[in-house]
Amino acid sequence: MPHKDVMHGSRAVAEAVKLCGVEVVAAYPITPQTHIVEDIAEMVANGELKAEYIMVESEHSAMSACIGASATGARVFTATASQGLALMHEVLWIASGMRLPIVMVNANRALSAPINIWNDQSDSIAERDSGWIQIYVETNQEALDSVIQAYRIAEDREVLLPVMVCMDGFVLTHTVEPVEVPDEEQVKRYLPELHLPHVLDPEQPVTMGSLGDPNYYMEFRKQQELAMENALRVAMQADEEFKEIFGRGYGLIEEYNLENAEIVLVTMGSLAGTIKETLDALGDDGVGLLRIRLFRPFPKEAVRRALSRAKVVNVIEKDVSIGFGEGALMTELKSVLYGSGIKVLGTVAGLGGRDITIAHIREAIERAKRALHGESVEEIAWAGLKEEAL
Amino acid sequence: MKVNIAACITEPGSSERNKTGGWRVFRPVINNERCIDCGSCWIFCPDASITREENGEYKVNLDFCKGCGICANECPSEAIEMVLEEK
Ligand code: SF4
Ligand code: SF4
Repeated sequence: MPHKDVMHGSRAVAEAVKLCGVEVVAAYPITPQTHIVEDIAEMVANGELKAEYIMVESEHSAMSACIGASATGARVFTATASQGLALMHEVLWIASGMRLPIVMVNANRALSAPINIWNDQSDSIAERDSGWIQIYVETNQEALDSVIQAYRIAEDREVLLPVMVCMDGFVLTHTVEPVEVPDEEQVKRYLPELHLPHVLDPEQPVTMGSLGDPNYYMEFRKQQELAMENALRVAMQADEEFKEIFGRGYGLIEEYNLENAEIVLVTMGSLAGTIKETLDALGDDGVGLLRIRLFRPFPKEAVRRALSRAKVVNVIEKDVSIGFGEGALMTELKSVLYGSGIKVLGTVAGLGGRDITIAHIREAIERAKRALHGESVEEIAWAGLKEEAL
Repeated sequence: MKVNIAACITEPGSSERNKTGGWRVFRPVINNERCIDCGSCWIFCPDASITREENGEYKVNLDFCKGCGICANECPSEAIEMVLEEK
């Protein structure tokens, strides 16, 4: 029977890893992810989870060990954050290039320098082109559910790509919320055993990740792109079936109060919770929220459909592309909405764990309203920036 | 040819089909008159591009030889000369 409990986001992830019967975990501790792999280590030590737990000397090694283990056909897991993810950068491309269905949780945290252990999403956004599927979750429940869905998507033969489940560091990892932990039998029903079609097997030796010269490299990259396209469909199916079995579904995007909204805030991750609170208090059906849950592959069509009635969009995001003056999500939204006539504004917020308050959200809505009424407004604002400190 | 998933190579020795001798600048030329059959070139060639024929003569496989000159350098009897590739 599924049971309800209150737990940290990190615990919710560990529970999901246990339910998925993960066979190999290789990890290196880093705040704010450490609780995840500590909890898993405990589960392995006390026999709750029969997995090989590999302690490594760095995140680069953690991902390398995951790649090796995954290539033998095992179900593998790791978790990281910030500098750890950055250190993995090189091997992330190897994991996706070798088409290994590794699942990793990234506890979103700002990058150094200066050292900052708090939450923003620059770390995983910087890896958006690494060939990993990226899911951004809003709640601890969604973190648990998304890890289970992630294996289902990653291991699908039409996909075979690694998945990064991104959850806001501290905001989710260290926050206690009620979480329903599914029943093991339910998860077994949802998640079939993994049979990797390309696998290291001494009986049928293969060479993996070898040379791809200019004659074939482009075809090989295109195959990855096609797999990503498949992942859109597979992720949708995985979510629908999840809903049938577990009673909860999230979609690739979440549409909140969008039916009549001419103004739409767009965001990813836990910030959606704050925005929903603000919208509920506002009680204005002209303002809605679009939460992007699946960032890679990007659900372009679904986003266009969801915004078909919108006039002004304000993208509130916890990352900025330095030198381009705006966040990556804003840039992508403009690209997806090109030619639609929808005005796209951007709000850079919450970098390095700066609080994003209801007042900031209201400001973002106000700016969008002014734009809607034809006033000229700043295209990009930094929420709560201390101008005097610059 | 279809590219396998993850560029996996599923049959042994398939690299032989991919001729890689094209970027050579110098070509080793063996003078079998001077050769003392010591086998050093055969051992040292990093690309297994030197073969010993049944009659005891040594030959270079130019489909794979990179022209590194190691064989010429190792030959104790100066039986290998590196000659500039000219079309
Ligand atoms: S030049 Fe280099 S690659 Fe060519 S045969 Fe001699 S040792 Fe081998
Ligand atoms: S190294 Fe020189 S002497 Fe020895 S086998 Fe080769 S060509 Fe002959």
